[in-house]
Amino acid sequence: MNKLKKYAASRSGRDTLLSFGIVIVAFVVVQALVLTGSISSSMKGLLVPICAYIIMAVSLNLTVGILGELSLGHAGFMSVGAFSGIVVTTSLADTIPSGVVRLILAIIVGAICAAIAGVIVGVPVLRLKGDYLAIVTLAFGEIIKNIINVLYIGKDASGLHFSILEQKFTLDETGSMIINGPMGVSGVEKLSSFVSGFILILITLFIILNLINSRSGRAIMAVRDNKIAADSIGISTTHYKLMAFVISAAFAGMAGALYAMNYSTITAAKFDFNTSILILVFVVLGGLGNIWGSIIAATLLTLLPELLRAVNSYRMLIYAILLIAMMLFNNSPLKQRILEKRGMKQMEKAERSGKEGA
Amino acid sequence: MKKSLSMLLAGLMLVGTLAGCGGGETASNDNAGADESSTASGAAFKIGGTSPLTGDAAIYGNAVARGAQIAADEINAEGGIQIELKFEDDENNTEKAVNAYNNLKDWGMQLSLGSVTSKPCEAISTDINTDRIFALTPSASSVATTEGKDNVFQMCFADPNQGTASADYISEQKLGSKIAIIWKNDDVYSTGIHDKFVAEAQAKGLEIVSETTFTDASATDFSVQLNDAKSKGADLIFLPMYYTPASLILTQANSMGYAPKFFGVDGMDGILTVENFDTSLAEGVMLLTPFNADATDDKTVAFVEKYKEEYGEVPNQFAADAYDCIYAYAQALEAAGATPDMSNEELCDAMIEQFTSMTFNGLTGENMTWDTTGAVSKSPKGMVIENGAYVGM
Amino acid sequence: MGFLNHLISGISLGSIYAIIALGYTMVYGIAKMLNFAHGDVIMVGGYMCFCATTYLGWPPIAGVLLAVVVCTVLGVVIERLAYKPLRMAPSLAVLITAIGVSYFLQNAALLIWGSSTKSFTSVVGGDPIQLFGGQLTITRVTIVTIVACVIIMVALTLFTTKSKMGTAMRAVSEDKGAAQLMGINVNTTISLTFAIGSGLAAIAGVLLCSAYPTLLPTTGSMPGIKAFTAAVFGGIGSIPGALLGGILLGVIEIFAKAYISTQLSDAIVFAVLIIVLLVKPDGLLGKHVSEKV
Repeated sequence: MNKLKKYAASRSGRDTLLSFGIVIVAFVVVQALVLTGSISSSMKGLLVPICAYIIMAVSLNLTVGILGELSLGHAGFMSVGAFSGIVVTTSLADTIPSGVVRLILAIIVGAICAAIAGVIVGVPVLRLKGDYLAIVTLAFGEIIKNIINVLYIGKDASGLHFSILEQKFTLDETGSMIINGPMGVSGVEKLSSFVSGFILILITLFIILNLINSRSGRAIMAVRDNKIAADSIGISTTHYKLMAFVISAAFAGMAGALYAMNYSTITAAKFDFNTSILILVFVVLGGLGNIWGSIIAATLLTLLPELLRAVNSYRMLIYAILLIAMMLFNNSPLKQRILEKRGMKQMEKAERSGKEGA
Repeated sequence: MKKSLSMLLAGLMLVGTLAGCGGGETASNDNAGADESSTASGAAFKIGGTSPLTGDAAIYGNAVARGAQIAADEINAEGGIQIELKFEDDENNTEKAVNAYNNLKDWGMQLSLGSVTSKPCEAISTDINTDRIFALTPSASSVATTEGKDNVFQMCFADPNQGTASADYISEQKLGSKIAIIWKNDDVYSTGIHDKFVAEAQAKGLEIVSETTFTDASATDFSVQLNDAKSKGADLIFLPMYYTPASLILTQANSMGYAPKFFGVDGMDGILTVENFDTSLAEGVMLLTPFNADATDDKTVAFVEKYKEEYGEVPNQFAADAYDCIYAYAQALEAAGATPDMSNEELCDAMIEQFTSMTFNGLTGENMTWDTTGAVSKSPKGMVIENGAYVGM
Repeated sequence: MGFLNHLISGISLGSIYAIIALGYTMVYGIAKMLNFAHGDVIMVGGYMCFCATTYLGWPPIAGVLLAVVVCTVLGVVIERLAYKPLRMAPSLAVLITAIGVSYFLQNAALLIWGSSTKSFTSVVGGDPIQLFGGQLTITRVTIVTIVACVIIMVALTLFTTKSKMGTAMRAVSEDKGAAQLMGINVNTTISLTFAIGSGLAAIAGVLLCSAYPTLLPTTGSMPGIKAFTAAVFGGIGSIPGALLGGILLGVIEIFAKAYISTQLSDAIVFAVLIIVLLVKPDGLLGKHVSEKV
């Protein structure tokens, strides 16, 4: 008990508990609304994508906030996870009838494939720095999109068939296409649910928050704050950079698999530069390195365009203006002043209570 | 302390937003329900559709929304069946389409117009099928849209038919001996037509010398594709695509001094309405289309006039298809004796029965019928552009 | 002959990338920010010229001038309203704001000009030049684009090296604080950079729409990203680098399309970029700045 109190008093511990608290409370409330039928179907339809975006934002925060490297190609990993997950669920449809088992397998395979992609991308990319690193991640994101766009995978009695650029195989009459080039996948089974999304968020939070508060996490942050200093005290910067990058990619893959299983059709074009930017906006708006901030920003910014449906054609315009306004406010002297004022009040309060205590 | 307080507040706000949305939406639903029951006889059928009202496919989305609105206004003015129409924006994006569809469901949609574009329509058609809401899509032409769903129907013809018809037409009329094809291979519509065209062309002994592709991301520069066709001596280029890239191809071919024959499909319709497009470039372009804005029959003239008056532009095939959709609904609802207080399940069964048995005359074809797969049967008309207008071939 | 035709298409496309990349590079050099809204300023330039020549019936050259003036003002206004308050903020905040501005411009254009495609009349008329009995065709737009690109590059180089304002610009890009101490008005200098960059974007927009004559609210976004890549390719901050990067990128893109695959051309362009950056981490002509401890 005492240990827990101590943990809760530490700054990182408080953040951890709070992140879990927010997620669990939100889950209980939403699930109650769903069960009592008092939530609209548009909100219900948004639950799984919100879960996927939260995982995306939290995982990108590991790269951008904790590791301190700007990545503009995070959607590429999501894409790898989505498509490898789909191949798994579709090709195992006959052997494993249970949807839950296949979803779990898809998420695991999605994470592994995305992690492999993360290694392939990370090794060259992490040698660069700053904006050059950013543009190369953008380039890799586009390359992944282009490659999946020319990928043809089909399944028939004799197994799986692969080809690129054009469909070079013919399937027997029991066969069907899984990934059909630029047209992507259609007829995906909808296996994802809000509960599975929630569990995945908890797993993500558990692993990433533990990582941040571990020895490795502190090493990663040391690399972010001062690479040369970190080097000089014997931290292997390449190792820790790659570690953070690959873990982040793996979670993006999980989110991708979760996301893809929620829609009956999906194309590679969905996971483009704009999606990467969308996720980056969640992270920056939520606060770099701030996990619960990412969760809230991802939720609010996914809801926002839907809430603005009433204003129709002005919707995206208002979204843009709000985005600019939020960024300006976040960095304005006005906010500084508000914070200071509150800080002063709290200091006064603390003084008063201190006196009373004395 | 201040930090944890602000965190708590933020968390509460979030939960509040979620709950608020949920609550708010339901409340409005209840209202809608109350309205319906109180004025059951005079109430309207709620028809909804998702369409790209913003983004790069907005031109099709807006055309459909406008065409449908004109039809609904006309039908409502007659005083018989009343229709309440609502379109939600899907940005031609599958994720947004599902959101938009769910929004329409909250609004109380009884009959659906599906989606305007193929991919989003595929995405929502699974939900449409499980929710038992009848759907008649004006323009989502891919086969996967209707495949395996007994309650999703199309107003436009399915892609494969057009490819076969085009190849037949070219070989019968001996329009070209060396054929080049440029197609958009991330588009179900374009790829479907291309595949069937190639198969039929081989059967008819047409020689295809050049096959080149483009995607959404590369739909601005066609110099490579045109150079390829030119160097291989193609005298006819088949363009199974919408008119926006087609207008670019015509302009670029002209600027490089290359003048083969061009043959298009129904998506090519509208090329003359591209603002500021030099229509002399489209001179001699042939296309198969179900709708012709320059036709002189009363229905078309009246529709085109009304559309021009309301929106200041000439309607394209998408607007006409949407217009027909609403009229087809009106005809089917009347024949089934449906009333607006019927649930979507009841309407769905009634509509499936009507659509598979009825014959419909509209702007985009006479004597249209539907089979049980949901595909429409109507015949495309061969058109050629002469003096800046479509002329029947 | 096919090869030469492709080469010319490539140089023409590359020159447009180069002009856009010059704007990117200048803004980056001074403000140290990735201005993602740059591509959308191109689109605004295209629409301005279109409105002037089609609706108002102005001669093409007046249309180009209008586009340049409007975009210059727009660039300065954007800088003042959206970027200036964030000068002390972390660079990511500025990046997100730039993305917000980009969304804003696209959606405002959608509301103003509608969603339907406009067909842009080329500002350069005349028949294409045919060589070798019609086997090699060079359009007039191509020639104008290439010439404009070279003129702009030379003028910019002269401006930054010889003129007083240009020197001030370089000083600000080296060290803002020191430049201020030397009596340079940093704010004016930055505004001027945005003005020049946006003016160039307008010219690029008109040339882009003349060569590939459709106009949509999203017209500028893909060329914007490609040009950004070109700027990095050549070494961001370097004026000759932007030109070299732009032209190389255009040529590689067209060759990849012609000889490998139309679908993988983007992937190949980006792959080349990655290889170049791994060999030369500061781009082809970039300056290497050693890290200070």
